[in-house]
Amino acid sequence: MRCGVVMFPGSNCDHDVYHVLKHVLGQETRFLWHQDRSLKGTELVVLPGGFSYGDYLRGGAMAALSPLMAKVREHAEDGGLVLGICNGFQILLEMGLLPGAMRRNRNLRFVCKDVHVRVERDDLPFTHAYRKGQVLRMPVAHAEGNYEDSGEHLDALEAAGQVVFRYVSPDGEPVAEGDGWNPNGSARGIAGITNEEGNVLGMMPHPERVSETILGGTDGLALFASAVGAAGELLEAAR
Amino acid sequence: MRATVTVYPRREILDPQGKAIRDALARIGFEGVDAVRAGKSFEIDLEADDPKVARELLEEMCKKLLANPVVEDYEIALDGKEAAP
Repeated sequence: MRCGVVMFPGSNCDHDVYHVLKHVLGQETRFLWHQDRSLKGTELVVLPGGFSYGDYLRGGAMAALSPLMAKVREHAEDGGLVLGICNGFQILLEMGLLPGAMRRNRNLRFVCKDVHVRVERDDLPFTHAYRKGQVLRMPVAHAEGNYEDSGEHLDALEAAGQVVFRYVSPDGEPVAEGDGWNPNGSARGIAGITNEEGNVLGMMPHPERVSETILGGTDGLALFASAVGAAGELLEAAR
Repeated sequence: MRATVTVYPRREILDPQGKAIRDALARIGFEGVDAVRAGKSFEIDLEADDPKVARELLEEMCKKLLANPVVEDYEIALDGKEAAP
């Protein structure tokens, strides 16, 4: 699959994502510059983590207005795959491609640690190599990952099955918003959501940091493998 | 014309920053502070000199960029003075 990783001034997980797609999964992968006017045939667009535009104004707010993002919006509206990780998730929220908003973490700290998330959907292009209910261990690293929306909107999000990853205890039990296993105070433990169509995914944890055994875990690899349609043998080989 | 746009976290939403500031005020002896909301303020110099036009423009700016309507409210104040050269 042709994959494109968008670089903004301040992106810092772009090379990690590129490495997983290109070298671990052997996909045709290129970097796209945020000022580009074309996606150059990209089928899977990844908005990586980092601090685009120095997080000026709000995380992701400036990046959401970059010229290339108009093309990313068209791609998403045409059913193309778009994955936003961490700052990339914030950008998708600011673009309105996903509902809700991020606020400062409840404890006001930058949180950098491993968390556990439960897979709530295994029928999406991004998650079909996982099993529903599976608990994944992935790192988070952010100061604004406290997902928020009105109660009514959260109910609708849940009812539509748009919550894809949820912070849980290591044994997969739900945790309260103030609990240590919920690293940022996110409403209903939301760690990742999709749009109604299921082709756009935003998540705070970093799957690209746990996609090789040498880096301490492979729980994130199935996400990229799912997205590029390489869930079977390729995933086994990469592991 | 100069305008001041103020953006605050919406009242019904927990503002962790404001709460931390309130707690800090209490710690250094300022009693009786019920709540603090921490926001942002933008001083904007506009070419427009018609207040109605300016206000419409600023509303648009708030909706498109300056505020995130999911979690923030905004207020627009026009001070009517000429922009600094």
